[in-house]
Amino acid sequence: MPLSTDSNFARPDDAFRAVVEAHRGLTEEQSADLDAALVLILANHIGDIDVLREAIGLAKRRMIDSQQQQQQQQ
Amino acid sequence: MAQAKTLEVKAYQAKAQFGYRRHPDQDRASQSPAEHPVVVVGAGPVGLSLAIDLAQRGQRVVLLDDADRIGEGSRAICFSKRSLEYWDRLGVGDRMVAKGVVWSVGRIFHGESQLYQFNLLPEDGHKRPAFINLQQYYAEAYLVDRVSELPEIDLRWRNKVTALEQRNDGVALMIETPEGAYRLHAQYVIACDGARSSLRQMVGAEFAGQVFEDQFLIADVKMTAEFPTERWFWFDPPFHAGRSALLHRQPDDVWRIDLQLNRYADPVIEKKPENVRPRIARMLGHDKFEFEWISLYKFQCRRMDRFIHGRVIFAGDSAHQVSPFGARGANSGLEDAENLSWKLDRVLRGTSPASLLESYHTERSTAADENIRESTRSTDFMAPNSHQEARLRKAVLSLAKETEFGKRMVNGGRLSVPCSYDSPLSSPDADAWHGGPPPGCSMLDAPIAEQAYLTDAFRKGGTDFTLLSFSNGAAIDPPAGVKAIRIGGESGLADPSGLVAKRYDGGPGTAYLLRPDGYVTARFRHPTSEAVAAALSRAQGFN
Repeated sequence: MPLSTDSNFARPDDAFRAVVEAHRGLTEEQSADLDAALVLILANHIGDIDVLREAIGLAKRRMIDSQQQQQQQQ
Repeated sequence: MAQAKTLEVKAYQAKAQFGYRRHPDQDRASQSPAEHPVVVVGAGPVGLSLAIDLAQRGQRVVLLDDADRIGEGSRAICFSKRSLEYWDRLGVGDRMVAKGVVWSVGRIFHGESQLYQFNLLPEDGHKRPAFINLQQYYAEAYLVDRVSELPEIDLRWRNKVTALEQRNDGVALMIETPEGAYRLHAQYVIACDGARSSLRQMVGAEFAGQVFEDQFLIADVKMTAEFPTERWFWFDPPFHAGRSALLHRQPDDVWRIDLQLNRYADPVIEKKPENVRPRIARMLGHDKFEFEWISLYKFQCRRMDRFIHGRVIFAGDSAHQVSPFGARGANSGLEDAENLSWKLDRVLRGTSPASLLESYHTERSTAADENIRESTRSTDFMAPNSHQEARLRKAVLSLAKETEFGKRMVNGGRLSVPCSYDSPLSSPDADAWHGGPPPGCSMLDAPIAEQAYLTDAFRKGGTDFTLLSFSNGAAIDPPAGVKAIRIGGESGLADPSGLVAKRYDGGPGTAYLLRPDGYVTARFRHPTSEAVAAALSRAQGFN
């Protein structure tokens, strides 16, 4: 099964909000710890190495894109 | 009792000194050096095992070693089930197991508490255990004893290869001895001369890979202790904050301790017994122990690009080097030896084409990649390379306390299991299978009687190609030169526990063609003589 990039939540704002609120009041360090644990928990839940690799690929492409945008704006 | 054991060690250490003896080959004129089919360089576990295997197949072997004693220190201590099965075939398995410490359980701790435990061989019905721990000097001593029973092997101590020259039909070697230099010609030279292989330099090959910056202190201490015979691994233990530690039992009340040090530690200072002692005392809670051996390592994972250079073939650490967490060094070297010896024997006899040797490189370099990958992952987990890697590891360790998946991600070493080969020698499955070892995988053991196993039947009468078949009325005859093991029927072996059929997905007529190294090369639901002959021909390198 390929990585699903359709909108899978009936209420996407709730999902985004849940993650945002999990980080409220945390230091940068604590936030990074939380993210690391979350990534591993969710990766295991997906349980499909191809989907995980695709997700990593998407996340990395997005980083490159946003870097290029920043450079253009400068 | 303890004293008797001490004496036994002393006896072996004394016995481990061997004399240089002049050989008539040294008296020959340099223009007409002695010709030998095989010269094996390096009398470590790999070179000795390979020489024994070749000799048992009827080959004459010259085995050279530049030292005159067995290496000091325990060094490799964990020998796998696979290695023990190989040593059974070489006639030394019983002795190794009788002396060794049998184990199959490991525990992983984080801080003060246990994260989880694992059992490497949770099922019954195998002749050999998952692992034994045995000091490398014992293994070498037993192998040397076996060598002395085999007139085909000519073991020459203090014979150091100083130069080699590749010829079309072999290799010319220049050898230095206490009485000067002499020359030898060999059809094939097998370099088992270790990670710092001088033969590798002589053929001009690179040894590329990764060096890990963190240092590890390895100490073998002698003490009487009540720890169970298990592999204990700690992340961030109270006695060695922020780093990892390993405790493992060996025979003679000797314990292997590995402590991770930082990358800036000074090896000369850290190795001094007065500096090691307080570290170990902190771990054990007392200082009633003596040192057997202390060493400081930086781990390296490297391999040669090609294991075959003309007529020089590399096996063991000379060809590939891994970090020790996973027992993949000596065990993979022994797998090299068993993979190479039957092929080289056939090529020397002219019963297979020389191209069969190429499959040694193909199969064993794949195995080396797998071993390097596994050991690199373990080492990276123990010594994270960045803040983020350390953060991910912290997350895994904390998740492991309450989740199964977290436990499975904790990497305190993944222990050696036989590699499976995607090999040109294998014939792909043509039938439907619901289990059993597919082509390219190692045979599985199972009981065939009280205290007798399939691996016993396999090695009986020398290991050659073997057709393992499950009875079905009139069984087909194996091709010429192929041994038969029949399960069930009037003349066949029993399957008292049903485990042979279970482990091989065996039904009436099912047959497995096994290579001389115990690997499955083809399997059939309803074998025909033609299909078996074709698979045999392919496995022998005719294609």
